[in-house]
Amino acid sequence: MARGRPRFIIGFLAAPVALYLVFVIGPYGQAFYIAMTNWRGLSASPTWVGFDNFTRLLDDQVFWTAVGHHLILLLALPLITLTLALFFAFLLNVGGGGRTGGIRGSTFYKVVLFLPQVLAVAVVGVLFQAVYRPDGSGVLNGLLSVVGVDPVGWLTEPDLALWAIVAVMVWQAVGFYVVLFSAGMAAIPKELHESAELDGCGRVRMFFLITLPLLWDTVQVAWVYLGIAAFDGFAIVAVLSVDRGGPDGATTVLPLEIWRTAFSFSKFGYASAMGVALFFLTITFAALALRVTRRERVEF
Amino acid sequence: MSGINRPNPLLTNDLSRRGLLRGFGAAALLAVPGTALLSGCATSGGGATPSTASAGVAGPGNPFGVAAEAPLEVVIFKGGLGDEYATAVHEPLYQARYPKAKIKHVATQQIAQTLQPRFAGGDVPDVIANSGTDLMDNAALQAEGQLLDLSALFDAPAIDNPTTKVRDSLVPGTVESGLISGKPFVLNYVYTAYGLWYDSALFAKYGWTAPKTFDEFKAVCDKIKAAGLVAFAYPGKNAPYYQYWMILISAAKAGGNQVLVDIDNLADGAWTKPAVKQAAAAWAEIGAKYMDKSYEGLTHTEVQTQQNQGKIAFFPSGSWLENEQKEQTPASFAYAVTPTPSLPGDKMPFAAIRAAAGEGYIVTAKGRNTAGGLEYLRLMLSREGARGFTQKSGSVTVVRGAADGLPLSPGNKSVAAAQTAAANDIVTYNSFEGWYKELETELRTQTNALMFGRISADEFCSKMQAKADSTKADSSIPKQSRTS
Repeated sequence: MARGRPRFIIGFLAAPVALYLVFVIGPYGQAFYIAMTNWRGLSASPTWVGFDNFTRLLDDQVFWTAVGHHLILLLALPLITLTLALFFAFLLNVGGGGRTGGIRGSTFYKVVLFLPQVLAVAVVGVLFQAVYRPDGSGVLNGLLSVVGVDPVGWLTEPDLALWAIVAVMVWQAVGFYVVLFSAGMAAIPKELHESAELDGCGRVRMFFLITLPLLWDTVQVAWVYLGIAAFDGFAIVAVLSVDRGGPDGATTVLPLEIWRTAFSFSKFGYASAMGVALFFLTITFAALALRVTRRERVEF
Repeated sequence: MSGINRPNPLLTNDLSRRGLLRGFGAAALLAVPGTALLSGCATSGGGATPSTASAGVAGPGNPFGVAAEAPLEVVIFKGGLGDEYATAVHEPLYQARYPKAKIKHVATQQIAQTLQPRFAGGDVPDVIANSGTDLMDNAALQAEGQLLDLSALFDAPAIDNPTTKVRDSLVPGTVESGLISGKPFVLNYVYTAYGLWYDSALFAKYGWTAPKTFDEFKAVCDKIKAAGLVAFAYPGKNAPYYQYWMILISAAKAGGNQVLVDIDNLADGAWTKPAVKQAAAAWAEIGAKYMDKSYEGLTHTEVQTQQNQGKIAFFPSGSWLENEQKEQTPASFAYAVTPTPSLPGDKMPFAAIRAAAGEGYIVTAKGRNTAGGLEYLRLMLSREGARGFTQKSGSVTVVRGAADGLPLSPGNKSVAAAQTAAANDIVTYNSFEGWYKELETELRTQTNALMFGRISADEFCSKMQAKADSTKADSSIPKQSRTS
């Protein structure tokens, strides 16, 4: 019965595995190699410098500033996004109380919330350029001027700029997680919510005692996704921030520094070393997050 | 657009000499009509024909030995100058000489992203207009042996007057501005003047005059502010370099051009000299008093449009500005340039201006048709090529007298007047912008911090000195130097 079966499976797997090796693992391997050289991106034969680039990273102020920003993003982005997404998803699915749960017009809200997700990141960037424009003709500042507040430099105040960037990332991500959590909530048997309601459980308690625990697996996956997204931010920062990463480096992120180091400073070796560092940061985070949030699965 | 100034020391407007040369050119043409194409001139060919490239026979009229049927690839940065000057002027000129050659034209705004992989892979174009925000690092290219030494070009017979060399038909300082490690690798083609740009019609209407000193500058700015305009602004979001040029020009006027030479050479204490501090402090005061904080978050397009709308009086930039804004400028608007105002005790007079050859063109050393590349540049430097460039792009080239008789725009007229007034008092270019991008990036950041009031002039100088010192100490960065 099993004759030919392995060959059949291998036949199907070979192509995707080969593609994966060539286009994903291959470039990773190359980056590790280039990180050990002083390649300037132009010659065909880079010189081997061992771990020089990595020791250099240790004293690189800009690198650590960027890492610091990733730590902020790593805390803020999942926390804010997940809170908002859970809140909206709960309202849309359970919050209405009673039989089917969702508040009125929930389908409409779902569409509205999901909309930012279908926009390309560059489009979002350009959109928020208009929103954050620092003079009176910006969308936000225009609204503020109606109530008599002076224009705010959303992206030009060093203390505010990173948070303005975080807000854009949250705005863009939240819709996807609303839909993800909605699907998760739909999988929770209705009886559980109904019986809780019969027992006189309020919505807040119901959320924390029933919905959230039963949704934990999904939340955990979402946390890892958002954490990985927190190590990116390149496009939004490149389009929105003052002089790419400013003011005074207040919004810079590693992918942007990698890009600048490679294409502007012509230091591809050093840029690759930053890339390798970023790779390990991301992997470490994912491993930690999955381990820490591991819990026993609830069967229903 | 253009961020690149590489440029020129002694630019003179020596009319008699120019007239004389033109006379020679005419005489030569009369004597041997049309023979430059065939076999007219007597000077020997340069014969710089690398073995990798397809070669023709060098000879009179074909100094580099261009193979008639060899294809030529030209990559043009399509920014404020457009690319019509290449497709409608220079490429047809080349085609006319070598009808069998197939010319491939590539226009891009992202030179580095387009060409980086090709350099790494060895498949390079022949001629590159290496300009724009994303230009490639010429020094790095040269260090990797990717650039062709242009000595042969500058020593070749000029198209219009084959008895003279190409270098003699150019504005003085052009060749020097493209030196890397002592040899010319870059042809800086466009003649550019830097200063404060304003609308002379608007100024006439209000009775304002361009200031000669910083005190006058502040006085006129107060009047402008009272009239409800923003007196001065630069685009902090994407072009802080417009502003650091002004600071560096003021520093050069205060302490002489040696200040800029020392900065380029990463000399100890170059940034903490009194001249630099004085210039930084003077400009920081202008920023604090007359510029709104919102300009740090606006792009050059947004700020330049505001100036066209009559909302901003002074804008720091270079002479490409007028052409870049052509579409948005109302008919009543007349661009004019004025040199940066003087500080007390300046070593250079008020009329001193930064005028320089900019917009670098390079020929690749490992291209397939290096001789064709040199020939293409030689045609660009012909009178016909240069005039056509001025007509299509609105900018004047480094070819002396090529634009004579062409109707000039108000901005170009103003540049010509400023040149005449400056005579030999020319503020030099800065090479560190191309040599040390790390230092340049830091200068952008610190310029914004200074101009928008986050740091003092002293902090500005010490931070820049610290970055210059670390650049100097970084063994992974190839070092350059210049003497004048």
